[in-house]
Amino acid sequence: MATPKEMMTTWDKIQFGAVLPSFEDPANKVRSKFNSYNYKVADWRVEKPVFNRNLCIDCDFCWVFCPDSCFEVEEVVNKRGKKQAKIVGINYDLCKGCGVCVEVCPTPIKSLLMFSEFVENDEALKQWPKKEDKKD
Amino acid sequence: MATKYELKSKEIWDGNTAASHALRQAQVDVVAAYPITPSTPIVQNYASFLADGYVDGEFVMVESEHSAMSACVGAASAGGRVATATSSQGYALMVEVLYQASGMRLPIVMTVVNRALASPLNIHGDHGDLYLGRDAGWIHLMANNPQEAYDMTLCAFKVAENKSVRLPVTTNQDGFLVSHTAQVVEPLDDDTAYKFIGDYTPMNPMLDTSNPATYGAQTEEEWHFEFKASQHKALIDSAKVIEEVFNEFEKLTGRKYNLVESYKLEDAEIALAVMGSAYETAMVAVDKARVEGIKVGLVMPRSFRPFPYNEIASKLKNVKAIAALDRSCPMGAMGALYNEISGALSANGQAAIMTNYIYGLGGRDTTAEHILEVIKETNENAKAGKRVTDLQGFINLRGPKLSFN
Repeated sequence: MATPKEMMTTWDKIQFGAVLPSFEDPANKVRSKFNSYNYKVADWRVEKPVFNRNLCIDCDFCWVFCPDSCFEVEEVVNKRGKKQAKIVGINYDLCKGCGVCVEVCPTPIKSLLMFSEFVENDEALKQWPKKEDKKD
Repeated sequence: MATKYELKSKEIWDGNTAASHALRQAQVDVVAAYPITPSTPIVQNYASFLADGYVDGEFVMVESEHSAMSACVGAASAGGRVATATSSQGYALMVEVLYQASGMRLPIVMTVVNRALASPLNIHGDHGDLYLGRDAGWIHLMANNPQEAYDMTLCAFKVAENKSVRLPVTTNQDGFLVSHTAQVVEPLDDDTAYKFIGDYTPMNPMLDTSNPATYGAQTEEEWHFEFKASQHKALIDSAKVIEEVFNEFEKLTGRKYNLVESYKLEDAEIALAVMGSAYETAMVAVDKARVEGIKVGLVMPRSFRPFPYNEIASKLKNVKAIAALDRSCPMGAMGALYNEISGALSANGQAAIMTNYIYGLGGRDTTAEHILEVIKETNENAKAGKRVTDLQGFINLRGPKLSFN
C-alpha cells in the first residue's frame, strides 16, 4: 500500500504520536487525507463477499460489523414510517475480504456469501443456494 | 468533589507515601496498577485515598503489569490523567507497552521504585529496571530521598503534560533505601500542589466522538522513521521544559532542582558520577575525602532520559579523572553512566580518565567507606595522569578482587 506522493509529509509536519484524525474539518465532515477511505485494499482479497439484495432483510449487521465501512447504504422510510438504512451494495475498493459480513448475516439463506475473486457478481448470484423444497 | 487531606507543614513519610500523596494531589483520573514489592504501598495508599473519598477517579484492578500499562494507555488515549506504579519484574512485563505509550505520545506518569531483576530473584534496590526501560522513549527522573520522590512526581505531571512534550515520565527511587525509609518531607497543601500541576488538557481524546481519531496506527518503511524522529526530538527538547518546571517549582517551594546535580564540583580535580540514594552516601564520602585533601566532587543527571550531555560535560570541564558508578550489571559492557559521560566528554573535546564501578546490586550495602575507596583510586589516576586502576571494578563484592581492563 504505497502512500500517494502528494500525501507524503516530513518529520516536522506529521501528526505526533501517529494519532490520525478522521476529519480535517469535523463540522463539515471533510475527511482527512489520511482517512482510510483514501486507501484501496482491494488487492489484499483472495475471496470477495457478494451481496444478494433479494434475500436481505436490512438488519444492518454487516454494516455494523464491517471493519472497513464497505457497505453502502441508502436512507429509506419503512412501512411504519420510520427512517431505515437500506443496504445497497459493497464498496470493493475498501473491502479486504475478511468475511465477517458473511459470518454475521442472519438470513436463513445468507444474503452475503464469499466467492472467488474471478467469479463475476451476476454469475455468483446465479450460483446462489436455493431454498430446499419441503419434503412431504 | 474530593475531600481535602489535612497535611502538616512537615510530615514523616517514606518514599512510597510521598509518591502516593503526590498522585493524590494530582487528582489522577485513572490508576491501573498491579502491586509489586517494593512499590506496593504506592498503589495501596492510592486505593485507600480513593476509597476514603480523597480522590475523584477510577482504580482499575488488572491481572498483570502488561494489562496495567495497557489499561493506562487506553485511559490516557481516552483523554484522562493517568498514573501507575511498578518495580522490577512488573516493569519488565510492562516494557512492550512502555514503547506503545511513548509512541502514542501519552503523558502517563509512572512512579517506579527501582528493584533488581531476577534471576536470582531479589526484592531489593538496584537500577536494573531503570536501565531496562532506558530506550523506551520515556522521560526518566531520579529521586534520591522521599522529599525528592514527592517533588519529582509533582513535576513529572507538569513535564509530561506540557504541549510540546506529551511524553510519559517515570520517577525513580531506590527500593527500600528510599521507598521504605521514613524521613521528613515538606509537602505542599492540596490546592497549591494541584494549582502547580494545573488542569489536564486532553489532546486528540478518543472519547471526543465528534472528532474520531485512530491511535496506534500502522506505519511501515515510508512513515515509521518520521514518527520516531519526531518523538526523539520531543524527548531531547523536553530538557528545556524540565528546567522550566524545576524553576517554577523553586519559586513555589524554594527547593532547587537541576538537569545535572552536583556537589562540591567547583574546584574539584576528580569527580564521581552516581544516581539514586548512593548520591547522598557519596556526599559523606566526598566530605571525608576533602578532609584528607582530595579535591573531589559529585555529579548526577537528574534526568537520566533526556540525558543532559552538554550540561554534564560543562560541569566536568576541569576534572582530570572521573569514576562512573552504575547500580546495574551491564553484562558484557561498561555501565550506562560510564558510556553516556564518556560520550558527552569526547563530543566536547574534553579528556578525563574514565573508570567504571558496579555497586549495590540487589540492594548490597554501599557505605561512605566503600565510596571513599573509589575516590582514592580515582585520585591515583588523576595524579598519574593516566589510568593506573582497572577499567571496571566492583564495590563491596565478596571474594578475590574482580575487575576488568
